[in-house]
Amino acid sequence: MESVTIGKSVSELHELLLHKEISSTELTKAYIDRIKSVDPALQAYLTVLEEEALAQAADVDEKISQGQALKPLEGIPMALKDNMCTEGIRTSCASKMLENFYPPYNATVTERLRAAGTILLGKLNMDEFAMGSSTENSYFAKTRNPWNLECVPGGSSGGSAVAVAGDEAAFTLGSDTGGSIRQPAAFCGVVGMKPTYGAVSRLGLIAFASSLDQIGPFTKTVRDNALVMNAIAGHDPLDSTSVPIEAPDYTKFLVNDIKGLKIGIPREYFGAGIDPEVAKGIQAGIQTLIDLGAEVAECSLPHTEYAIPAYYLIATAEASSNLARYDGVRYGYRADADDVLGMFKKTRAEGFGQEVKRRIMLGTYALSSGYYDAYYLKAQKVRTLIKQDFDKAFEKFDVLLSPTAPTSAFKFGEKSADPLAMYLSDITTVPINLAGIPAISIPAGFVNGLPIGMQLMGKAFGEGSLYRVAYTFEQNTNYHTLKPNLSREVLTGGSR
Amino acid sequence: MVVANKYEMVCGLEVHVELQTKTKIFCGCTTEFGGDQNTHVCPVCLGMPGALPVLNREVVDYAIKAGLALNCEIAEFSKFDRKNYFYPDLSKNYQTSQFDLPICGKGGLEIEVEGEKKWIGITRAHMEEDAGKLVHSGDTITTSNASSVDYNRAGVPLLEIVSEPDMRSIPEVLAYLEKLVQILEYTEVSDCRMEQGSVRFDINVSLRPIGETAFGTRTETKNLNSFSSVRRCMEYEIARQARVLDAGEKVVQETRTWDEGQGITLALRSKEEAHDYRYFPEPDLTPLIIDREWVERIRQTLPELPAERRARLQGIGLSEYDAGVITQSKSLSDFFDAALKSFGDAKTLANWVMGDVMRLLNSNQCPVEDSPISPKQLAELLELIEKGTISGKIAKTVLEEMYATGKDAQVIVKEKGLAQISDEGALLGIIDGVLAANPQSVEDYRAGKDRAIGFLVGQIMKATKGQANPGLVNRLLKEKLS
Repeated sequence: MESVTIGKSVSELHELLLHKEISSTELTKAYIDRIKSVDPALQAYLTVLEEEALAQAADVDEKISQGQALKPLEGIPMALKDNMCTEGIRTSCASKMLENFYPPYNATVTERLRAAGTILLGKLNMDEFAMGSSTENSYFAKTRNPWNLECVPGGSSGGSAVAVAGDEAAFTLGSDTGGSIRQPAAFCGVVGMKPTYGAVSRLGLIAFASSLDQIGPFTKTVRDNALVMNAIAGHDPLDSTSVPIEAPDYTKFLVNDIKGLKIGIPREYFGAGIDPEVAKGIQAGIQTLIDLGAEVAECSLPHTEYAIPAYYLIATAEASSNLARYDGVRYGYRADADDVLGMFKKTRAEGFGQEVKRRIMLGTYALSSGYYDAYYLKAQKVRTLIKQDFDKAFEKFDVLLSPTAPTSAFKFGEKSADPLAMYLSDITTVPINLAGIPAISIPAGFVNGLPIGMQLMGKAFGEGSLYRVAYTFEQNTNYHTLKPNLSREVLTGGSR
Repeated sequence: MVVANKYEMVCGLEVHVELQTKTKIFCGCTTEFGGDQNTHVCPVCLGMPGALPVLNREVVDYAIKAGLALNCEIAEFSKFDRKNYFYPDLSKNYQTSQFDLPICGKGGLEIEVEGEKKWIGITRAHMEEDAGKLVHSGDTITTSNASSVDYNRAGVPLLEIVSEPDMRSIPEVLAYLEKLVQILEYTEVSDCRMEQGSVRFDINVSLRPIGETAFGTRTETKNLNSFSSVRRCMEYEIARQARVLDAGEKVVQETRTWDEGQGITLALRSKEEAHDYRYFPEPDLTPLIIDREWVERIRQTLPELPAERRARLQGIGLSEYDAGVITQSKSLSDFFDAALKSFGDAKTLANWVMGDVMRLLNSNQCPVEDSPISPKQLAELLELIEKGTISGKIAKTVLEEMYATGKDAQVIVKEKGLAQISDEGALLGIIDGVLAANPQSVEDYRAGKDRAIGFLVGQIMKATKGQANPGLVNRLLKEKLS
C-alpha cells in the first residue's frame, strides 16, 4: 500500500478516499509503517499515536461507508509540532521541563483539525521551546535532513518539515516566531506558510514570544497549504490577538497567472551573508516569474540590518516572562530542594537546556530597570520602523521576494557552538515576524544537492497574493516533485 | 496631627478592592469566595502552558463605575502590563496589571474630620488580577513544614486605588478609607467584605519636621485588612519613626509588614532589595480602547452617591447629623428609602430607624439587609401610631414582637388586643373609677398641684394596660376636674 499512497499530496489522497480506492485506515497504516521504517533515522517524531490514529481512521471509514460527504482534510493523516496542546497526549516542547506534561485541553488548531476530520499521527520534534534554527536544541532527539542525513533540518519546526519531506505525514503544523516554519521548509524542500499575526489562533500554542508566534502549515504543494489554512485560520474569541475577520477560502487564489503582478526584490535580503549559490538560485526563480509576466523591480527595506538585534531583544524579553511559569509548582519537572526558592532555582537549572537559559537571561536583562529604555523600548521603536519599511514597499508592490535563508542546510554542530552565527542566519525571516505580515517559503531549486527556498512576503492578511504567486511558480517548475533518496542503504549508512 | 511635638505626619494609601463580577478577570471561573481548594480554576488562571487571557468586559464596566464615583478621569486608551516576580501563589510568576496607562486617572473625594472638610486626591486606579493563597500546614508560617497553594482566588479582579500623599492625621486616613469603602459599596462594584479580604490596604507614611515642605523618608506597610488594624499600625509606625528621628537616625525606605498579634510593624525588604518587576506591555492582550459612549453608558448606571443622598434627606427635613447616620452605609440608607415610600414623615421614620430598629439589629448582630422586619412592615407600624390605633409606647413592644416573629404590626395588635381605647364612653367609666379611688390626688390637683394629673393619667393607663388613647385621656380628665 505504501507505494500507492506515500508521497501523494493531500488533494490526491482526498480523491483516493473519495473514490474509495483506499480507506483512511489503510492510509493511516501506510503512514505508520513509513514512520516505522524511516523515523529511526530521521527522528522527526517525539510521540507516535498508532492506536489513536487507527481508531480515528476507523471512524472516518465508518462515515465514508455510510455515504456521508467527505470534507477536504477528512481521513488525512497529519502531525503537530510538540508545542501545540493535545488533550491527554504528551506535549513536551522538546524540553525536559515538560517531559511528562499531558495538557488537560486542546489547542484551537488541534480542535479545528479534529473537526476537519484529520487523523493525528503524533507529535513532532523541535528546538526546545521553539528556540533555535536547527532542531539541535531538542532535549530528546536530533532530527535529520532527509536530503542529507549529515545536515540539520532547520528549526525550530525541524520535525514538522522532515515529516512532510520524508513522507511521514500528509501535512504538518509548525510555529514560526522568527522563521521557524519557513527556514526548515526551505532546508527540507517543502512548502511552509507563516500566516499574518492574528490569522491563526495561538490558544494552546505553548508560548515562546507571544507578539511574534504564529502557527502555520507544512505541505508538499501550495494547494495543500491553502487547504490546511482553510481549516485552521479564522477568528478565535479565546485568543485576544486573533483578528476578528472572516478567513477567506484560500484555494480561490490558486490561479496559474501572475501577469502584471508587481513583485519587489528588497536588496538588503541579498546582502552580506547570503551564499552566492543561493542568491543565484533565487535569481533564476525571479527570471521564471518575469517570464510568466510578473513585473519585478528592486526595492529597499532600509532598517533590515537592525532586525536581528531588535528581534533577539523582544523575543527573549517576552520569553523570559512566558517561561517564568515553569517553576515546578503546578506541573512539569520538579527538582527537590529544602525550600521553595531553592526548588524554583534547581527546577529551572535542571529542566531547561542551554539555549533556553541563554535567552531567558538575555530577556531578563533587556527588561531590567535601568536597561529597559536602552534595549526593550529601543527594540520596539525599531520594530515600528521595520513595519513602516514594509508598509512603504507594499504601496508599490503586491509581493516581496527573497531567499528564505542565507544558505542551504548546514551540518550538525556547524553553528551550535556559535549562537551569534546561528542568530544571524535568521536575517531574512525575522523582519517578517516583527512586522506581523505573512510569508511563505516554496521549493526553488538545489544547492549542493540540498533544497533552497524562495520566500514570498505579503501585506497583512495578503496570504491570497502569496498563494497566487507560489502556485503559479509551482505549476511552472518541478522542484516540488523531487524526492530525497530514503532507501534502506541511505537510512542505515547515514546513521551517526 | 502633631507627633512628639515636632513632626507632621504625611500619609498616602493604596487600596486593593476585589470587584464583585461573577467571573474572573481573564477567564470564566467563578469569583465566589470559599469553595474547596483549587476548584474554581481552569488552564488560564492556573497558568497552564498555552493558555491565554481574555479580558472580562464586566471588570472594565466596574472599574469605570468606581472611577466615575471617585471623580477620576477615565482613560480612552489604556493597556495591561506584566509585573514579573517569582512567588508560588502567582500561577504564571507574573501578574497581569496596568503600569503606565491605567484605566482611571486623577480624581479624589471629600472627607470631613471634626467639621473640617478636606479634599483627598486620587492619583490613579488600575485593574489587575489577584494572586492565589498559600495555605501553610501547622499553626504558623514559621512552624510550618509544608505549604500548599489554593488558586481559587487567582484571577479575581482587583482595582488598586492609589491616593495622593494628602492625609495628615490618622482620623483623616480613617475618614478617607470609610468614605472610599462607602462609595465602593454604594456603586456595588465591591461587597467590601473585609473579613474575606475583599479590601486590603497598603499604607505609605512618613514624618517631617513641622514647617518643612519636603517629604520625609517613607515606609510602606502592606496588606492590612481592617480599619482597626490601619489605626493601630499607623499609631505604631508613626511612633517608631518619631523614635528613629529623635535618636538622630534616618528612617529607612522599606516595605514593612504588620504583625496583628504583636501589634508591631516589621521590616520586609529595603529599597535595595525591592523587586525589579520588569514591567512590559502584556502581549497576550490588545490595548483597551474606551469610547465616550461606553463611559456614558456606565455613568447612567451610577446610583445616587452618599453625598447626594445626604443632601436629599436634609431636603426632606432630616438634620445634617441624622442624614449622615442614615447614609453611613448603603444598606441602612436603602432600608430607610424603602420605608419612606410607604411612610412619608421622614423625621419620625429616621428617629425609629436610628433608635429602636438599629438597637434591635445591633443587639442581635443582624446586618440591616437581613432584617426580619421589612421596610414596608416598619412603615405600617408607624402608620398605626399616626392613625392613633396604638401609642408610641405600645409600638415599641409591637416592634420587638415583629422582630421575633416576622409578623405584620396589625396582626400582632389584633392578636394581643393592643389597639388603643379611643371610645369616650368606655374611658369615662374608667376615669370615674380612678378619680373615686384617688380623692387625695384630685384634691391636690384642684389645690394647684399640676403634677398630680400625671399620677392620675398613669393610673388610667395602668387600668387599661397602656391601651388608652393618651391624648383623649388627658382631655377627658381635665374636663372632669375643671
